[in-house]
Amino acid sequence: MYSLDKILRPDQGAPVPVIAVDPAWAQRTLATVQCGFPSPAEDHAMERVDLNKVLIKHPQATFLMRVRGDSMREAGIDDGDVVLVDRAIKAAHGHVVVAVVDGEFTVKRLWQRGSNVKLQPANPTYSDILPRDGQTLEVWGVVTTAIKAMRV
Amino acid sequence: MSAGPNAGANPRAPTLARVDGNNFYVSCERVFRPSLVGRPVVVLSNNDGCAIARSNEAKALGIRMGQPWFQCQEMVQQHGLVALSANFALYGDMSDRMMTVAESFAPRQEVYSIDESFLDFDGVQGDLTQRCRTMREQILAWLGIPCCVGLGPTKTLAKLANHIAKTAERKPGSYSPELAQVCHLGALGTNELHALFEATAVGEVWGVGPRIGAKLIDGGITTVLDLVRMDAATVRRHFSVVLEKTVRELQGVPCIELDDEPAPKQQIMCSRSFGEAVTRGRDLAEALTEFTSRAAVKLRAQQGAAGAVHVFIRTSPFRKDDPQYANSVTVPLVQPTADTASLVHSALRGLRQIYRPGFRYAKAGVMLVDLQPQEVAQAAFDFDGPALGASRTSSEPKAADRVKLMTAFDAVNQRFGRGSLQLAGAGGVNKKKGWGMRQERRTPCYTTSWAELPIARA
Repeated sequence: MYSLDKILRPDQGAPVPVIAVDPAWAQRTLATVQCGFPSPAEDHAMERVDLNKVLIKHPQATFLMRVRGDSMREAGIDDGDVVLVDRAIKAAHGHVVVAVVDGEFTVKRLWQRGSNVKLQPANPTYSDILPRDGQTLEVWGVVTTAIKAMRV
Repeated sequence: MSAGPNAGANPRAPTLARVDGNNFYVSCERVFRPSLVGRPVVVLSNNDGCAIARSNEAKALGIRMGQPWFQCQEMVQQHGLVALSANFALYGDMSDRMMTVAESFAPRQEVYSIDESFLDFDGVQGDLTQRCRTMREQILAWLGIPCCVGLGPTKTLAKLANHIAKTAERKPGSYSPELAQVCHLGALGTNELHALFEATAVGEVWGVGPRIGAKLIDGGITTVLDLVRMDAATVRRHFSVVLEKTVRELQGVPCIELDDEPAPKQQIMCSRSFGEAVTRGRDLAEALTEFTSRAAVKLRAQQGAAGAVHVFIRTSPFRKDDPQYANSVTVPLVQPTADTASLVHSALRGLRQIYRPGFRYAKAGVMLVDLQPQEVAQAAFDFDGPALGASRTSSEPKAADRVKLMTAFDAVNQRFGRGSLQLAGAGGVNKKKGWGMRQERRTPCYTTSWAELPIARA
């Protein structure tokens, strides 16, 4: 299994602008990581890099969502981006998650210390979302990747 | 400790599990519309005709399966009832996800319908109840779909266990709470098992329809225990070979093969694991053509027409060294039909969409969904000849099947040879009733259309 983690998140933990991957570049890079200098004998074993394989670890548990709004701008997630949401990953402090707030999906960073939980935007003009009394915060899935289309 | 003559007694008997999604269509809708959780929800058949799935809250309002929508409409105002048009693209995709997760827990799986499958745990060591609880948790966490699992040494017992698991969850007090969600009849002692049988009405047994049920009750057979205690030969004499099989299955003797299973009402499934891996698209097409033809025969036997064809293909998760691929697609028909050629055509169109070369396919299947009664004005039926409409008693289906198969193979040749325009038109000669038009309350195709992805606010 390839991992794009290093490429997509050179600095784990801190908000990182997400890189849109040029497939050709990814293929070169990953081919190098995988094989060093491939010998002609191995050519037949080479398969074109498949973004589905690279980006989706749990196909049955992964769903795509369209982002609307700019509250996650500083985490590199903008209005119109598509995010990959993996429900097989257990949400932890610091993960960007999709949570259910008032029956709607919202993308925020999960802040969790002991039994204290809140949802943090990545944009200073928004405020934290705290569960109201008696409410539990429902995390729907963990965002693993954001796909951003460039203007071409 | 369970050395009696019944179900759980035989340690050498296989263990089968029956897995199905609770109120599956409603559960699929709720995954993407969390605001529907806790509210009464029904999913309506094509043309928004009648209820084909109900949430527990809707069941509590007294809405029956198949109840016409116009009879429920006032509950929208009174009780906040939400009605949705069936979204088969969504259900098909969620089904495929659920089936592939379940499949990874057992060496063998038979997909029975859009939300039901049997797992065969032959050769699997360890606590199967725990294994199934883990599977249930994984399906719930990964997909958001709640399931119930019933285990037992035969299909009939696994199905009964599934009923108990569901009822124990939905109606607290009906059965012991430990049996909720996952119920393993094979793990119970004879006394416990018989107490359960006694607490369960005979009509809940798979294969006991309302007519036979009434006859049994007339004869004083009211509980499952009464039925289990009947002598198989007597059952055969007074009822039928089919009911005899049911009784033997309840007694723990496996005798129901896949093809003997009563067809489910809402979808018709035909799938198979290949003996040897299949790699060529042409071979897959051939297999899917046969599956579709067989499903079409069943469809006509119940006087139905299908509104969509769901197709899936997958590699084997147990051949770890093989590159893995699994995909499915739901192809809507322009007009609901029971015509083999149209159904095959749609199935193969679906196959072309999802087939990828370079994989060793282990399994493929076809499911006819969005079933409805045949309309009088149904076109393109003639090729069935006299077999159609005749009661299916004698051996007459054989010849008819061959005709259907031939027709189907013609369709493949046309499809893959010249690309056949006639067939494409065959489904929709008269009415131009679009798929979308019939579904005013359909939710978006959240998982199958780029344009309809769920929205996450940021």
